[in-house]
Formats: sequence, structure tokens, C-alpha cells
Amino acid sequence: MAAVLESLLREEVSVAAAVRWIARRTQSSEDSPGEAAVLRSLRPLRKEFVPFLLNFLREQSCRVLPQGPPTPAKAPGASATLPGRPGGPPRGGRGARSQLFPPPEPPSPAAEAPLARRGGRRRGPAPARERGSRGPGGPEEGVGGESLPWAGARRLRGSGSPSSPSLALCDPPNLSNLEEFPPVGSVPPGPAGTKPSRRINPTPVSEERSLSKPKTCFTSPPISCVPSSQPSALDTSPWGLGLPPGCRSLQEEREMLRKERSKQLQQSPTPSCPTPESGSPLPSRTGSLTDEAADPARVSSRQRLELVALVYSSCIAENLVPNLFLELFFVLQLLTARRMVAAKDSDLEPGPGVLESVGSPLFQSIHDCVFFAVRVLERQFPVLSYLDKGTLKLLAENERLLCFSPALQGRLRAAYEGSVAKVSLVMLPSAQAVSFQPETDNRANFSSDRAFHTFKKQRDVFYEVLREWEDHHEEPGWDFEKGLGSRIRAMMGQLSAACSHSHFVRLFQKQLLQMCQSPGGAGGTVLGEAPDVLSMLGADKLGRLRRLQERLVAPQSSGGPCPPPTFPGCQGFFRDFILSASSFQFNQHLMDSLSLKIRELNGLTLPPHEPNDDEGEADVDWQGERRQFAMVLLSLRLLAKFLGFVAFLPYRGPEPPPTRELQDSILALRSQVPPVLDVRTLLWQGLRARRAVLTVPWLVEFLSFADHIVPLLDYYRSIFSLLLHLHRSLVLAQEREGEMCFLNKLLLLAVLGWLFQIPTVPEDLFFSEEDQSDGFQVDAVSSEYGLDSVPVVDQQLLYTCCPYIGELRKLLASWVSGSSGRSGGFVRKITPTTTTGLGAQPPQTSQGLQAQLAQAFFHNQPPSLRRTVEFVAERIGSNCVKHIKATLVADLVRQAEALLQEQLVAQGQEGGEAAQLVESLCSQLCPHGAQALTQGREFCQKKSPGAVRALLPEETPAAVLSSAENIAVGLATEKACTWLSANITALIRREVKAAVSRILRAQGPEPAVRGERRGCSRACEHHAPLPSHLISEIKDVLSLAAGPRDPEEGVPPEHLEQLLGQLGQTLQCRQFLCPPAEQHLAKCSVELASLLVADKIPILGPPAQRRLERGQARRLLHMLLSLWKEDFQAPVPLRLLLSPRNVGLLADTRPREWDLLLFLLRELVEKGLMGRMEIEACLGSLRAAQWPEDFSEELATLFNLFLTEPPLPEPQLRACELVQPNRGTVLAQS
Amino acid sequence: MILTKAQYDEIAQCLVSVPPTRQSLRKLKQRFPSQSQATLLSIFSQEYQKHIKRTHAKHHTLEAIESYYQRYLNGVLKNGAAPVLLELANEVDYAPSLMARIILERFLQEHEETPPSKSVINSMLRDPSQIPDGVLANQVYQCTVNDCCYGPLVDCIKHAIGHEHEVLLRDLLLEKNLSFLDEDQLRAKGYDKTPDFILQVPVAVEGHIIHWIESKASFGDECSHHAYLHDQFWSYWNRCSIELHESDPNIKRISNSGLLVRIGFQQHQNVQAHPLLWR
Repeated sequence: MAAVLESLLREEVSVAAAVRWIARRTQSSEDSPGEAAVLRSLRPLRKEFVPFLLNFLREQSCRVLPQGPPTPAKAPGASATLPGRPGGPPRGGRGARSQLFPPPEPPSPAAEAPLARRGGRRRGPAPARERGSRGPGGPEEGVGGESLPWAGARRLRGSGSPSSPSLALCDPPNLSNLEEFPPVGSVPPGPAGTKPSRRINPTPVSEERSLSKPKTCFTSPPISCVPSSQPSALDTSPWGLGLPPGCRSLQEEREMLRKERSKQLQQSPTPSCPTPESGSPLPSRTGSLTDEAADPARVSSRQRLELVALVYSSCIAENLVPNLFLELFFVLQLLTARRMVAAKDSDLEPGPGVLESVGSPLFQSIHDCVFFAVRVLERQFPVLSYLDKGTLKLLAENERLLCFSPALQGRLRAAYEGSVAKVSLVMLPSAQAVSFQPETDNRANFSSDRAFHTFKKQRDVFYEVLREWEDHHEEPGWDFEKGLGSRIRAMMGQLSAACSHSHFVRLFQKQLLQMCQSPGGAGGTVLGEAPDVLSMLGADKLGRLRRLQERLVAPQSSGGPCPPPTFPGCQGFFRDFILSASSFQFNQHLMDSLSLKIRELNGLTLPPHEPNDDEGEADVDWQGERRQFAMVLLSLRLLAKFLGFVAFLPYRGPEPPPTRELQDSILALRSQVPPVLDVRTLLWQGLRARRAVLTVPWLVEFLSFADHIVPLLDYYRSIFSLLLHLHRSLVLAQEREGEMCFLNKLLLLAVLGWLFQIPTVPEDLFFSEEDQSDGFQVDAVSSEYGLDSVPVVDQQLLYTCCPYIGELRKLLASWVSGSSGRSGGFVRKITPTTTTGLGAQPPQTSQGLQAQLAQAFFHNQPPSLRRTVEFVAERIGSNCVKHIKATLVADLVRQAEALLQEQLVAQGQEGGEAAQLVESLCSQLCPHGAQALTQGREFCQKKSPGAVRALLPEETPAAVLSSAENIAVGLATEKACTWLSANITALIRREVKAAVSRILRAQGPEPAVRGERRGCSRACEHHAPLPSHLISEIKDVLSLAAGPRDPEEGVPPEHLEQLLGQLGQTLQCRQFLCPPAEQHLAKCSVELASLLVADKIPILGPPAQRRLERGQARRLLHMLLSLWKEDFQAPVPLRLLLSPRNVGLLADTRPREWDLLLFLLRELVEKGLMGRMEIEACLGSLRAAQWPEDFSEELATLFNLFLTEPPLPEPQLRACELVQPNRGTVLAQS
Repeated sequence: MILTKAQYDEIAQCLVSVPPTRQSLRKLKQRFPSQSQATLLSIFSQEYQKHIKRTHAKHHTLEAIESYYQRYLNGVLKNGAAPVLLELANEVDYAPSLMARIILERFLQEHEETPPSKSVINSMLRDPSQIPDGVLANQVYQCTVNDCCYGPLVDCIKHAIGHEHEVLLRDLLLEKNLSFLDEDQLRAKGYDKTPDFILQVPVAVEGHIIHWIESKASFGDECSHHAYLHDQFWSYWNRCSIELHESDPNIKRISNSGLLVRIGFQQHQNVQAHPLLWR
């Protein structure tokens, strides 16, 4: 590396050639023979150049950044510089290695103590001194572990050893001393998980480091990885930054804080711990430091910086670095560095010449840092210009940037003003339940009533658990497992049948998607809690309020620029649910279901995007597509994340297997297991179809949960290899026709960069890939278009998928305090950059020439036309089916009903077997189903053109319009007829069956209920007394009559009359009358009649008149008769009048008066309410009952009397009876 | 009219171990003349039901049943016309209708070979003239007709009230021009649990979005709120999302659970239902 740098500095080699060399491109003719010769000689080192460069920069910068925000800790690939480091040994021979470390640079590998290595992915924790030097406000937890890798070097140079770099120069570490590098040989290759070592440091172990905790995740900064600090170190710090040495209390507080944090971390069930909390330090935290002004004039060795910046930028541009945004973050850190740590003069003395410069510190002052950063940023402008508006603003307002490169600042400002990329990171979890899905949640989809019932219960339990989680999960001390675990398991225990599992999993998955998928998906409900407050504010204020809320609600930090995979927000519920349920069946069903859904969503197709479209129109159209893509992508990522989580759950552990043998046996075992989802094929297909922008982001989510072994498996190794090739190929600067769009690339770079930093992904993976040049010729099937070339990704989606990009903004915000830029600006349009090859032929299909013509037709029209036509066809086709159902099928059902009625009448209400009836009816009716096709065709013919016309712009040419209409008709007809011809018979059958069972049921116990007279008259205003009130009133009378009652209790006679009057009204109104109420009213009215006949109603009044007057009783009976005759629609149980119990009421009245009963019986007959025969039968059975002797006699007389009555009594006879009230009694007594 | 918690507590206090008879209700009305009979009866009924739920088991032990039956037999032997069964129920603090059922069941066990089915018993309670023993028929009838908290008539009244409120609610919805699906339509669509109405287009009432409405038509005490919430409302929420709207004679309360509980729809005449507007 140093050799290369030196060659560059000596101008033996041009930067371009060097980068070409690094990128392993074939040597181009541009390289001069001299260059080629130099480079060839360095060939063995090529692979290790980039890691070296990155580490070099980190180390060089450590004096500047100690107090800065978390440095992207992983100096990627440092391991590559190491002798025999796992994974690397076969390639990087020792000899090469020693060449690698020519005098100038040995300190870097020597920087870290081996123990520290174990702690973190090579970002060993800083020695305490360093930390102490950060100053009181220095957010240790934010910074601690971060700047370390290179920190060691500093210490070596600056602090302890009097020897300046020159010492190191002549005293390279003895790399071959095995004692000094114990881990080397013993560590198995294929470093997994917590890397035992990335870099082996020959320097002695410092005391403090022994306390460093095992790393939990590489960049996860600070917290977990910071070793407990030794305050004493503070005192000795040579770079005390002017702080009072040893602020002990502060240290103690920090220590406590750290302990508390690590406790929380341990509690967190996330396998890879770090909670996103480190965040960038707020300005206030560093407030005690005075920023050093950066001055372009005081930059020390411009040429050298320029050169390194160029190489570095080129590496970034060529995607030779694993994580683009990590590097940007680093550069911004340099830009915003506050102070240079004081260094010894000797350090700062510039070498006499350029040649020596490699040896002297690269950054000798803040000015150097800023200069370097600005140079790099200048070259990264294209990327910067695609960042969100907020970041652009902060960049454009950065005074250092303005000072060092007004041109860049101007471009940034312009980009800012043109940017529309406002990004909101607010997550609004909306806990809405999955609505009932009639088509799947139906009883018919369950094996048994029991299973159905269980599922219903489960659904309720599930939501109960969910609600409880929502209410409590933020409470301190609440524990998911303790609170809900047993309930969840009990619920899972009930899911016995496989079918219930799949039902539940469906619900689970839907709820998951609904709750977690989209941030701010529900646009309208931003501040759901206080709508009234919001409405009081104007739109302007509302916007501000939203921004404020965003600041309050958005997670402060996503856990550094490279956070480990986590389950934020609601996702935590689902993860904990899976963990708590710990049900094998559930997990299996869930994986099945997730895989299926992923496959389905992964097949998303968007209509081709026409770049030539009229801009505005296309943009409007395109919004929908883009939203759809974002939805699908986010859903996919979510599903894949959970799939990865569940699939690798059984294999996950904090540590990689301890020994090589164990690992080999595990590998042998695991390689037998087929992947849960064939992601390799999907990835391959995605690449071929140029849909990487959809496939890769979810694949990354899936892989991020892989365990330590996974990347070693052949299957997954090949996937990683593919991804690496892809990563390399995504050169942002190349924007060729048909290439992937910029933001699409940026998204892929971001997610891939993130993936490469995941702890379980072997560190050497990125740099060890040997044959990067060959292979990645995915012969993109020249499909008409691929999603990759369609601008589907916008900043919102980018930031949503990769919230860690927001760290850039936070870093800048922590630098810039106050804001001066004005908001607003012009709408910047992201215009499509690709064209689809017009020549591409649609694949030959069976649809034949017509289909091809239709395709060709659409091809020449705006895509909205095609969408419209397809949409219309889809809807009309669907409506057509419904139309047939409502017309033809409904008619057939009516016929069936009529036929059934006939049959029932013919068979005397018998009916027979329901199944038989259905069969015979269907055999008669189903042939008519054939009409459905003709009718369907007519329907589509009639409806489609209008819809197409309404939806297409008016200026659409007539020919185009009519073609579109015809195609719509054709497609709709095809859709409808396909369905109808397959299903019409079954549909008719089902409907007829339903109708038959309905009729038979109605036929059941109360045939008379099927009244034709339902409903009250038009004029009715529904003021009649309520049935409930009437029943209650009548019940009171009945209970008075039945007793026991107090002496003063009784019913006023007029009340009875009023009651019957009201009953009449209610029966006429019927608005509120339900059949059971009417039946009870009928029964009560009969009871009332019996009481009247027996004179059993206690009447209110003086004791002498406690009986109802005869005439009054008759009048009331008349009212009742008329109600029975005219108003009741329910059957009145009149036979009860002659039940032994009611007639028995007469038994204990003295003297017994039979005339009312006789009167009532006669009226019943006359009004046709009861037949003579019926009454006779009742009377006959009455005589069979046991009565007192005299009563029996009187009953017999009554019977005779009734019998003697002429069957058709003449009017005058009745009249005469009415005026002779006592006749009955007389007769009976005679 | 809104009933305060204190008033409610006072009423409930008066109902401790009071038999569910016409007389008790009359006394209650005299004590709280400002409350409507419907409210009082509803509270009475709920309080009494809570009481019965607590004590139900002890009346259904074999010994208890046997002793009640013997006391009944002795009683009617002395005087068949006296309200033996009713007094027995009042004495042991049990609902007359339920006591009648116990005795009837016991009686039928003795007189029939096969144990009586539930439907036979129910039918006899509805129509005592089917009871083979005339004296028992009268006793049973007396019990059912005097019981203001249990029995077929009370059940029917409750059912009728529920139906009436549903009709009122439907009218209100029609009047406000709100499109809805009622229970029957929902059931036809295959919903397993159905609220009274699902609004096809949600509306806002007092700032709350209403998706569905369930009318309970009964007094909403805390206990019944809780029970309904558990048994029904969450089920609806689980299926239809968001809100609930309860009608009830009195108090108004917004529960903390995301369900809007509103009571008394007479007031609703004035409530502005904000329709969903197409923006």
C-alpha cells in the first residue's frame, strides 16, 4: 500500500492507472509502460490496498475525531493487512505482507492490543486516555469504541513512546513471532460472528483493554464496546485538550450509565444487541470545546492530501469500499472535526520532501482534515445531491465547506433549492385490526365447527395480547414473556389442526404487514390524538407542528451509520410473539406463508415507464406506481426479515462454533438442509430480469439474520458472491442507457454496504473475493424493461429502507447549530433516464396475432392507456359476474322458490328431503346457466366502452379510443366468461340450495308468520306505544290477578280499556314489533280474556265494587276479539281459553257465571277465529279433567248449551243475547 | 338525563337482597321518583342478575333442590291456593322464575320416565297450562308473572326493548342518510360476530370516528361495560376496527379503550354526524 502511495506521490503512476489497477480491470492502453511495470511489481498487494487505505485514513484521523460523533468504526478490511488472519492466509503470503508494511506505516497494524480485537470487530476500544481526552462533554458512549482502531497508533506515537514515527519506521513488528500473534493460526478461517480478530496487534496488551467486553456488534458503537475506562489514564493523557484532568465524578457517572446501558442491552432479546441510542452527540454535549476554525490557507501538504483524496474518492466511486455511506460519514466527520488533538511538535514537522510524506501524519491539523474532506466531497457530489433536502441544506450551510470550496457549496445550494426530497422518518404505527375477511374467515373454510370456533377465539386472544402489548410495552419493568408468554402458548396449544395454524398464520402475517409495513403510510392521521387542536392551526402552522412532532417522535438515532438488524416499534411485538410462542408448527406455517407471500410480491410488475411521456402527466401517473413499488418493497423487506428471523432462529447463537472440527461438522450437517426459500434462484432471476432493485433489498433483510454458519455454506456463499459482484457493478458514475437509475443504485449500495457490516457476515468476505473481474455477466435477458431502469426509488423510500443514512444529517446537524437557509424551492423532477427498446418483441403467446396487435397498440400509446384499459377490463369483468348473479341467478332462484312452493303445496307441506329437492330443482334450472355467457358478453359490451371513454383524456384520437374500447370489451369478456363458464353451475346450485333451506326453515314451526301484511300503513308516524312497554303493562295486570297482592292494589277499569286500545295501536303500527313480542302479546291477551271471563281482575275502587261490571267486561272482550280478528298477525293461542287451567279460574268464583265464556265462545265461532269443531273438541277434553262435582255438571251444561246453538246463529239471536247478560248463568244453574 | 355515579350507587345500595317483585319495584319508584321506570328496572335487573350469578350455585345443589321440593309439597298440601312457591323463592332469596324451574324440573323427574329436556321445561314455563299438575301450573305461573327480573315474559320484554332500540337506531341512521349494513346482511356475508350496524361510510361523532354501532339498550354499569367489552366489543373491534356506539337510557362515557360508548340516542338527534367528504 505504502508502496503504491509512494509511487503515486512520486508521480510514477497516475491516479487513474492506480485505480484501474486496484479495481482489477484489465490494463488499458492508457497506462504507460512505466506505470504498468510499477504496478505489476506490486500485484500481490493489490487486494489489500483498499483495506489498507481505509485503515490508514482512520488511523490518521484519530487525533482529530476523538471527540467527534461515532466514527464508522469498522475500518474495513484491516484484516487484509494482517498476516494469516482468518480467511486471508492462503492468499496473502507472509512475504507479501512484509512488503506491505514498509517502514512508514507499521504503527497501524500494531495499534491495537490483541485482546481488544476480541472485543470488537477490529475497532478495538480506545485506551482510556483517549476517552478521557474527549473532554467532559465528549459523549463517550457515542464515541468510545469508535475511533479506536487507529487510536492505538496515536498512543504509541504520541503518548508513551518518545520515539516518533521514525522509530516505528525502523522497527516493524515482528510478524513472524507467533507468540506475539497468538490468534493467527488458531483461529479457524471463515471468521464468523464475533470476530476474534481482525487485526492482530503486536503491541502489548494494555491493562484497560482486558476489561473490554466482547463486541456485540461491530459498529454498534459505543456502549457495548467501550471498555470500562480507567480514570487514571486521563491524567496522563498528553492530549488533555486543556481539560482539568481526571474529572472523576463524571467518569463515575459515565460508568454507571454504561452499566445501566449494558444491563438493558443484555435484557434485550435482540441477538445482536446494540440498541439504537448512541446517536450523534448533540452540539451541547461538545459544547465545552471550542471549535477550531479551519483555514484553507493553513493546509499543510496540499499535494499529498489532494492525491490521497483522489485515490480515496476513486475507490469510493468504483465501489471498492464496502460501505459507501460509512465512508461518507467518515468524511463528514473529518469535515466537522472540532479540534485537533495536540500532537508533539516532532509529529507536525513536515518532512523535508514529498517523498517522506507518507511517513508523516496525513492530517496535521484541522485544516488538513477539512481540506481532505472537501476534496472528497467534491468528487462525491452526485451522491450528495441525491441526499434528502435536510442534509443538503446542512451541507450547503456549512461554513467550512463554503470556505474551502465555494464552487461545491454553490452546487449544493442549487441542489438543495431544487430538491423535493423531503424525507420524513416518523413511524406511525397504526394498530388497526385486520378486518374480517368473509371469503377466508368463513365457517366453510374450517374443518369443523370446533376449529372455526377455536379460530374465532384465537383471533380475540391474539388481539387481546396485542392490545396489552401496546399498552404496556413501554412501561419500565414490563416483560413480554412474563406478561404474555403463557397466554400466547396456551393459545398456540389450542391450534391443533394444521388448518387452524394456517388460518392463524394468515392473520398474524396480515397484521404484521398492516402494522409494520409503511412509515407514515396513513397520511391523514398524523397527530391522531388531538384533531381539534390541529384544526385550530392553519395549514402553515400545521406543517411546522408536523416537523416538530417529527423531531420528537423520530428515533433519535438508528444506531450509528451501521446499526445491527433490529425490530423497531411494532415489529418487536411480532418478534417477541414468535419467541414466546416457541411453537414449531407455528414457525413452520409462518415460514411457509412468508415464503409464499415473498414469492408473490417479488413478482410485482409495473407497467413500463415511458420516458417520453409528457412530463407532468407522466409524473402524476408515476406517483401511483412508485407508491405501489414502495409498498411492495417495504412489505417484502418486512416479510423477508421475519422469514430470516424465523428460519435462522434455531441456529442463532452469540458465538461462532468454538473449534474447527465442530464447525466442519455443523457445516456438513447444514449443507444438507435445503434453504427455506430458494433465494439464490430468486436473486439470480432478479438479476437476470433486471429487477435487483426489488429483490436485493429484501434479500439483504433476509440475510441479515443469518447465523454464523450461513455465509460458509456453499449455497449462501454463492449468494454473497453474487451480491459482491453486484455491488462492484453498481458504479454510480456510469449512467448508460438502460442502466440502473441512480437512486436505485444508491439504495442497493446502501443496503449491501449495510449487509457487509453485519457481524455474522465474515469480514474478509468483501475483500477476499478473488475473481472479481470474471463472472458478473448476468446476461440480463433483454426483457422489455426491468424495474432497475425505472426510477422506482425516491429519497423517502431510500431513507425508509436505510434510516442509517440519516446519520449523515444528524452528524451535520450536530455541527451546525442554528439554521439560516430558507426552505422552499422548486419542484425538482426526477425524470426517467431510460428508454425501452422499441424493437423488443413480446414473447410469442397463444393469444395469437390479436394479442400481439394489442401489445403493439399499447406499446405506442402512453402507459396510462394500457393501465386504464386493463383496469376497466378487470373491473367490468368482475362486475359482470356480479351482474349475472343479481339478474340471471336471482331469477333462477326465484323460479326455484316458486317451483318449491308448488311442490310443497302438492306434497301437503311435506317437502321431503332437502337434498333431493335441491337436486331436482338444480337439474331443472342449471341448464339455464348457459345464458350467463351471452348475457355476460352483452354486459361487457355495453359497459366497457363508456368506462374507457370516461377515463381516457378527451383528446384521445377516435381510432385509439375505439381500439381501446374494443380491447377493454374483449379483455373484460374474456375474464368474465372464463369465470362464468367454470363456475356458473356451482353458483346456481349454491344459491338454490340456500333458497331452499331458507324456505324450508320458514316453513318450520310457524308457517303463519310469513305474513303478507307486514309493515304499517304509509301514513303511520310510529307513535304507537312500544311493545316492550305494553308487555310490561299487561304483565303487571296479570301478576296482580295472579297475586299475591296487597289489599289496596288493583287496576282501574279505564286502564284496562286504555291498555287494549294501546295494544291495538301497536299492532297496527308494527314498526317496533318483532315476532316474539307479538307472540307474547297474543298469549297475554288470551290470558287477559280468561281473567275477564272468570272475573279475576282486581278492580280498583271501593270494596263493594271490586269486580268488573258485566257490560264493561263484555266491551273489553269485544275489543279483544276485534284485536284477534283484525290486528294480530301472529297466531293467537285461542285454545288456551279452554285450557283446564284457564277454565279452572271459574271454579272458585261464586256464584259461577258462565255467560261471558259462552258469549266469548260464540263470538269466536262467529268471527271465524275458532271453528265449532275445534271448540267442541276442547270442551270435550275439558270434561276429561278432574273437577269438583258441581263444576263438572255446570261444564256439561255449558257444553250442551253450546252444542244446541245452531251452527249458523241468526243475527237477532245474538243481539238478544247481548241484552240478556245473565242468560248463560241461568241456563247453567237450571 | 345523566345519572351520576353517586346516584347509581345509591340505587344499587337500595337493591341489596330485595326480591324481584312488583312490590319492590314500586317501592323503588317511590324512593327515586326522578328516575324513569325503565332505568330503575334496568338497574334492578342488572343488580339482581349479579346477585343471582353469585348465589346461583348454592340453590342448585342436590340437597337444596330436595329441600325446596319438599317444602313446596308440604306447602301446597296445606293450601294449594297460597303462593307457596313464590314465598319460598323470596324466603331463600332466589328468583321466583328460577325457583319455579327448579321445582318443575324436580317434579317432572319424579313423574316422567325420561328426564325432561330443556326445551320442554322452557315451553312449560312459557305456557304453564302444559304442566300436567294443575296446582303446580298455577304456582309456576304465579312465579313467572311476578318475577320482574327473570322468566319468559321478562326475557321477551328485554328482547323487545333490544329490537325497538335497533329500530330506532336504524331510523336515525336512515334519517341521517347514513348507509349501513345490519346484522342480517352481515351474517349473510359470513361474519361470525356482528354488531348491530356497520356503517358503510364511517362518520365522525364528536371528533370520534364511528365504524360500527351496537345498541345494548340496557343500563351501562361498569360491570356490564366490562363484560360487553370482553364478550362482544373487542370481537367487533378485532373484525371491523375502531369504534362503538352504545345506546342506553342514561350515562355517557367514553371508555379508554378506543371504543366510544355513548348512551341515550335521544340526544343523538342533536349530534352532528360528520359525513366523510371526498376531498
